[in-house]
Amino acid sequence: MAEKQLAVRMRGITKDFAGKVLANDNVDLDVYHGEILALLGENGSGKTTLMNSLAGIYFPDSGTIEIDGEKVSIASPKDAFDHGIGMVHQHFKLVNVFTALENIVLGINDGGKYDLSAAAEKVRQICDTYGFDVNPKQKVCDMSVSQKQTVEIVKLLYRGVDTLILDEPTAVLTPQEADRLFDVMRNMRAEGKSVIIITHKLNEVLSISDRVAVLRKGTFAGEVLTAETNAQELTDMMVGHSVSLNIDRPESRPRHRMERIRVKNLTVRDHEGVTKLDDVSFSTYNGEILGIAGISGSGQKELLESIAGLQRPESGSVEYVVNTVGELEEVEQLVGMDPVKIAELGIVLSFVPEDRLGMGLVGNMDLADNMMLRSYRNGTSPFVDRKAPRQLAERVVDELAVKTPGIDTAVSSLSGGNVQKILVGREIASAPTVLLCAYVVRGLDVGSSHLIYDLLNRQKGNGASVVFVGEDLDVLLELCDRILVLCGGKVSGIVDARTATKAQLGLMMTKMEGGEA
Amino acid sequence: MVHISKRLRMPVAQAMAVRLGAIALALLVCGIITTLTTGLNPLDVYASMFDGAFGTERKFWVMLKEVAVLLCVSLALTPAFRMRFWNLGGEGQVLMGALVTAACMINLADLVPEGLLFVLMLVLAPVAGALWAAIPALFKARWNTNETLFTLMMNYVATQLVAYSIIKWESSKGSGKVGVINQSSNVGWLPAIGDNKYLLIVLLVALVCVAMYVYLAHSKHGFEIAVVGESVDTARYLGIKVNRVIVRTLLLSGAVCGFTGFLLVSGADHTITTTLAGGAGFTGVMVAWLAKFNPFAMIGSSFLLVFMEMGADEISTAFGLNHGFGDILTGVILFFIIGSEFFINYKLNFQAKEVEAHV
Amino acid sequence: MFDLVGFIPRAVAQGIPLLFGCTGEIITEKSGNLNLGIPGVMYVGAMSGVMGSFFYESSLADPAQFNALLGFLIPVLCCLLGSLLMGLIYCFLTVTLRANQNVTGLALTTFGVGFGNFFGGSLIALTGSDVPSIALGTTSSVFRTTIPVLSGLGWFGEIFFSYGFLAYLAIATALVASQVLLNTRVGLELRAVGESPATADAAGIDITRYKYIATCVGCMIAGLGGLYYVMDYANGVWSNDAFGDRGWLAIALVIFSVWRPTLAIPSSILFGGLYILYLYIPTGSDSAIREIYKMLPYVVTILVLVVSSMRNSRENQPPESLGLPYFREDR
Repeated sequence: MAEKQLAVRMRGITKDFAGKVLANDNVDLDVYHGEILALLGENGSGKTTLMNSLAGIYFPDSGTIEIDGEKVSIASPKDAFDHGIGMVHQHFKLVNVFTALENIVLGINDGGKYDLSAAAEKVRQICDTYGFDVNPKQKVCDMSVSQKQTVEIVKLLYRGVDTLILDEPTAVLTPQEADRLFDVMRNMRAEGKSVIIITHKLNEVLSISDRVAVLRKGTFAGEVLTAETNAQELTDMMVGHSVSLNIDRPESRPRHRMERIRVKNLTVRDHEGVTKLDDVSFSTYNGEILGIAGISGSGQKELLESIAGLQRPESGSVEYVVNTVGELEEVEQLVGMDPVKIAELGIVLSFVPEDRLGMGLVGNMDLADNMMLRSYRNGTSPFVDRKAPRQLAERVVDELAVKTPGIDTAVSSLSGGNVQKILVGREIASAPTVLLCAYVVRGLDVGSSHLIYDLLNRQKGNGASVVFVGEDLDVLLELCDRILVLCGGKVSGIVDARTATKAQLGLMMTKMEGGEA
Repeated sequence: MVHISKRLRMPVAQAMAVRLGAIALALLVCGIITTLTTGLNPLDVYASMFDGAFGTERKFWVMLKEVAVLLCVSLALTPAFRMRFWNLGGEGQVLMGALVTAACMINLADLVPEGLLFVLMLVLAPVAGALWAAIPALFKARWNTNETLFTLMMNYVATQLVAYSIIKWESSKGSGKVGVINQSSNVGWLPAIGDNKYLLIVLLVALVCVAMYVYLAHSKHGFEIAVVGESVDTARYLGIKVNRVIVRTLLLSGAVCGFTGFLLVSGADHTITTTLAGGAGFTGVMVAWLAKFNPFAMIGSSFLLVFMEMGADEISTAFGLNHGFGDILTGVILFFIIGSEFFINYKLNFQAKEVEAHV
Repeated sequence: MFDLVGFIPRAVAQGIPLLFGCTGEIITEKSGNLNLGIPGVMYVGAMSGVMGSFFYESSLADPAQFNALLGFLIPVLCCLLGSLLMGLIYCFLTVTLRANQNVTGLALTTFGVGFGNFFGGSLIALTGSDVPSIALGTTSSVFRTTIPVLSGLGWFGEIFFSYGFLAYLAIATALVASQVLLNTRVGLELRAVGESPATADAAGIDITRYKYIATCVGCMIAGLGGLYYVMDYANGVWSNDAFGDRGWLAIALVIFSVWRPTLAIPSSILFGGLYILYLYIPTGSDSAIREIYKMLPYVVTILVLVVSSMRNSRENQPPESLGLPYFREDR
């Protein structure tokens, strides 16, 4: 490492978001030429904020940045480009109605003629050098996620960027696509470029990076050479002390184990006619947690929304089993219902959606009104009753240790973990028989995550049928009873979480193989 | 270097102070503009404006009536705006209510007893306004048709309908005016309380104001409107039928506009013209927005705008200026208040360009 | 018999103010700003031009000293300056201070219409005339100069060459605007700002600068529409409120033209025709029915809104971030 030249030197970077926790607190970071640096940390540890400060999206409250030994001020993305720094954000910064080529040349003004065909030629050269596959004439709105990401990277290389920052680039990719990306990253390293990959996945860190810098709760937790470390040490640095996930999985034995939701041959298309779920069939049982694994966008959202009455499937059925007595079964069909009708049938179905502030809660409303979202229809009076929701809000704040100035505070001013506690607290308050939850611990710290796991387990103990859509395979394997794996809208299998392995799940997420529970 | 960041929430008193400061600053700028363009002493102009609004008891009551009418239109538009539905069609909805009221007064005065006439007007005027608002709402709900322009165009269609009717009803051929309806019999005129002919209007609008506050803040409908306005996805998640809420809310919005039309024809003007609403449909948008959609705060903002309007009328007669001057001053004041919102929502941090060197 | 040769030039003359307004608003909207202040801007543009020409005309001791070049340049420059100031007010409020665009636009319209009527009224008072209007015949005759030989070519000249130069400028502006939007770097960057400011920002494009420039240029173009109306269409006669609702129609035309300046040309002329069609429809004995015919442009606009929303194709959408303020650090 000693012979490597320092490319970027960040010192004492501090960034504070209006009253919330310090996103970055006095962070130092070095980046060398010709290396792949992994920036590791849990969700919310300030990785993205730090890199946004380097890429000119945020301006740090204090701290210095040096590029090749020279102190610089990066106040805008343009400043960053001028210093050879570029970033691929998690949410792609592409103009949907533009072609790949238009997106690539956007913002470049070399004073020369505006000549798209010359630009196309240069793009082809870049693609040949690094091994990309891009059609310059294709519109971004017609591209797959992986293609869009490629356009983003080509865009940076086209600008002659020397330091590339990739923010969780594999989150949206299949393993094959991720491998291809890693190859490209190695090509870039060989060309002498610095690549910073933001991630929280240890296996990626170990397989691709040369060096690892770790952030913990907004502070710098240390750096190590990848060759001299291991997963355990990195985890320790990330979470501060050694923890195995150690999630509880109580054995619940409902007196009367039975099917709760029975999904048969469910097919869902979006409004553009793309098939999102393809002939999906499975059952959930009371007193169990059924995990749903899969690369994001494999139909998880559509599956939950179809059960909750928010999506109208193209075909197939979703049955709610009210009760079974011997061979006799009392069943309600949920397809064609909306949440109000489902509730009117007396079915208590709760749903913690992925988009907490955009769907599950209303950010600009206070805690009490957010509690009321579920209950405002109660009673025949044309007026709302605010007393009960206020009491519920007090109770949730109290029982789940929500950190808030009071129940009259707007939800959007709370931190992610507290927002989630309010949403989950409200959804389980009605003692649901079915609890659907999507990415329920995303962005939460370890403590909050465990609290949520406990809440889910308590629902399971109460006989609820819990459906848990997750992304972290370790969590799925430790928390759930069974795991259903989705791949491209199809069920590639259902496995027993007690015996399944990560490798097995990973395989099923990408191919149509696997076991039957 | 100035760095801008979002504020969490400014205390209400402080926010009010910012707004009042903006108004004060605006009046100062208006004064300068006045002197520059007219050569008049701005203090004289303001004194005269004040006189125009409060000068005599009659002027005062005319102002109260104007405030009531503007407030009523603003209240009507509010539920729609809360839902982020830009109803710029208040003008047309008021006109439709007015048209129906006038039609009843002209055609039914001799046919039905006055009590029944009032019932008919009170039912039909809001219905007309509601239908006029529901048409764009239906298209918005079904096809997401741009409501801003749709409602705007509906204004002109309504204006032409009124123009057509005026020619049909004109008092003397070719005059292009309807004249005072039922001038001798006063049939269909909203009664005076004591000898105050505007008090009833003011009271009725006060009632609408309280009702609208209760509806928005405490009814289930009002809560649904708030949810739809904040996030359509959340509404969907809760099983709220967004389309139904849009149409229902616009029916209400249009109905209250239609009611305002009734007040104008039956209570105030006793005639109908194409300019009856006097731009209240647009001014109401600003009244509602300035008051942050709070019905009680709207009393204040409509007061401010009516004061400007009436004051402008006064100076145009007193100093031989014309009515346009009032619009200029109103525009300037609006610019300042609109601009002041920035200082309520954002914080400016001044910092040295060079970040201090570390040791 | 319907007099087509008489109708078309009048439709075009009606359509030109709309075309200026529409082209200006398209450029503005491409930057993500929905400027509902265009009606006010057109009033101010017209009034500024009228004032310039009024003071020029009245500064001359002898009307024979009238210089055609100055008589043309002064109003045009005044018009551009007045409209530019309106654009700057709008930008300062919506871009720098991030105010709500709809409310700002409406306030701008209130201000602009007031500005036009107040100064119109003042000028009328200055002339001491009996009629509530100002006539600027000399200036108007400059603006109404047609191409000598071509305009005399019978019906052909009537339809294509009977207009003052501002009319051709309107069409040229629309064509140039289209070229710039589609085939230049500036156009690409402007469209990116309106579609996705976050993307444009990340690409190092100065969002604020583009929004300011596009909106101000748009306002200046729209202002020329007002000037054309007074100087050419109305023969140099200003009377208060005469410009009417043309500004709103110009905004609606943007949707009709699916944000393409080249399409704005035929659609403006079409709407110009609808605007005066009532004069050509026989009314019989019922003259009131004429008021109903006057609804035509508005009803057609509504139909256009409805039909275009029903078709809802991906190609013909407004800029994605239209109407939204941009703040880089919004999370």
